[in-house]
Amino acid sequence: MTNTNPHRSVSLLCAGLLAAAAAVPAAAAGDAAAGAAAWAAQHSQAGGGEARSCASCHGEDLTGPGRHATTGKPIKPLAPSVNPARLTDEAKVEKWLRRNCNWTLGRACTAAEKADFLAYIASQ
Amino acid sequence: MKATLVLAGGLTAALLALGAAGLAVGDDDDDDDHHEHHKRGWVEPGEDVQPVANAAYAEECGACHMAYQPGLLPMDAWRQIMAPEALGDHYGDDASLSTDLRAEIAGYLAANAAERSGKSRARAFSVGDAGTEALPRITATRYFRNEHHEIPTRMVAGNPDVGSLSNCNACHQGADEGVYNEHRVNIPGVGRWDD
Ligand code: HEC
Ligand code: HEC
Ligand code: HEC
Repeated sequence: MTNTNPHRSVSLLCAGLLAAAAAVPAAAAGDAAAGAAAWAAQHSQAGGGEARSCASCHGEDLTGPGRHATTGKPIKPLAPSVNPARLTDEAKVEKWLRRNCNWTLGRACTAAEKADFLAYIASQ
Repeated sequence: MKATLVLAGGLTAALLALGAAGLAVGDDDDDDDHHEHHKRGWVEPGEDVQPVANAAYAEECGACHMAYQPGLLPMDAWRQIMAPEALGDHYGDDASLSTDLRAEIAGYLAANAAERSGKSRARAFSVGDAGTEALPRITATRYFRNEHHEIPTRMVAGNPDVGSLSNCNACHQGADEGVYNEHRVNIPGVGRWDD
């Protein structure tokens, strides 16, 4: 029997896109479960300010829009399944991981931490 | 040397901007008369500052907040904001850029800063200082404070849909197109502003 189900080919295409997303090299090496845990981890602030996490701006559900914690500006969903432009531009990903790790954790992320985050985002 | 280059780039762009301002001269003396807005020139009437016209600027400086139009601050304020150390500690956030992008954006801002503008409302943003904080703010300019001091804080800080006065587009429905006249103000949860 030949496959005439259009949904089938669409999901195959999506899988292809995810594979392309994982082409942001670090994502392939990461552990999505570890990335998910790190995503929600709360980092308390020295001055007693509100604890920070990646979800502070992007939310817990990556398929939904986020909101910048200090400016309130809406942020488009990070999940490549709903926003295929995500994780396609390596320089952009690198730039935002640098900024967002600094803001959230108060330090740069290690290569392994970045890979885990990217594996988690790519799986959404 | 670098400064000279940026300046030279800025001057060329400024000459272009001046040329454009010459054509748009009818818009100049519109001072406080919003009722003139139905007169149609090639410049959208009612624009108070020139809309953003640089893709790199829109992308890089519009990621965390709206891309503020260059005409909202004087050249010297943009120069301070665009200094490499300042971008690394940008109002508590990290907005650092590659050398090339920084030079392009700094040149664009300098060439279109408030005092370079042919529009009277943009020029108003160039008068006086822009605050005493480490970095200048549009919201700290004298003109801005005069225009906004009557708005009670419950409509701003106490309003989850606004948060701060830096969020121009929360209240000014034309902010993204550079339109700030009071007739297009709609404060979320409060409504139109009539005074
Ligand atoms: C203070 C707000 C804020 C926090 C906290 C934050 N981000 Fe972001 N993030 C942004 C903004 C703003 C952008 C760029 C705007 C856009 O692309 O829509 C962005 C973009 C990204 C991108 C680029 C995606 C792409 O390919 O377009 C990645 C990856 C990312 N963030 C991951 C993270 C991770 C991981 C964390 C936690 C360590 C985090 N972010 C925390 C605001 C934040
Ligand atoms: C990583 C996020 C981020 C990026 C990128 C960014 N900004 Fe900001 N910016 C902020 C935050 C946070 C504030 C403070 C907002 C507040 O106090 O409500 C701010 C405030 C400002 C203000 C002062 C607004 C006021 O209150 O009058 C100006 C001007 C400004 N930014 C210009 C720029 C320019 C120019 C760029 C591009 C080089 C840029 N920003 C890129 C996060 C960012
Ligand atoms: C909380 C809502 C709110 C925010 C946020 C806000 N404004 Fe306003 N703005 C107003 C109101 C209301 C007026 C009219 C004040 C009056 O006439 O008494 C006004 C007036 C103005 C005017 C004068 C318009 C005229 O017709 O004379 C300018 C220019 C302006 N705002 C620019 C800005 C800029 C730039 C920002 C962001 C940096 C900003 N505003 C943020 C509410 C806001």
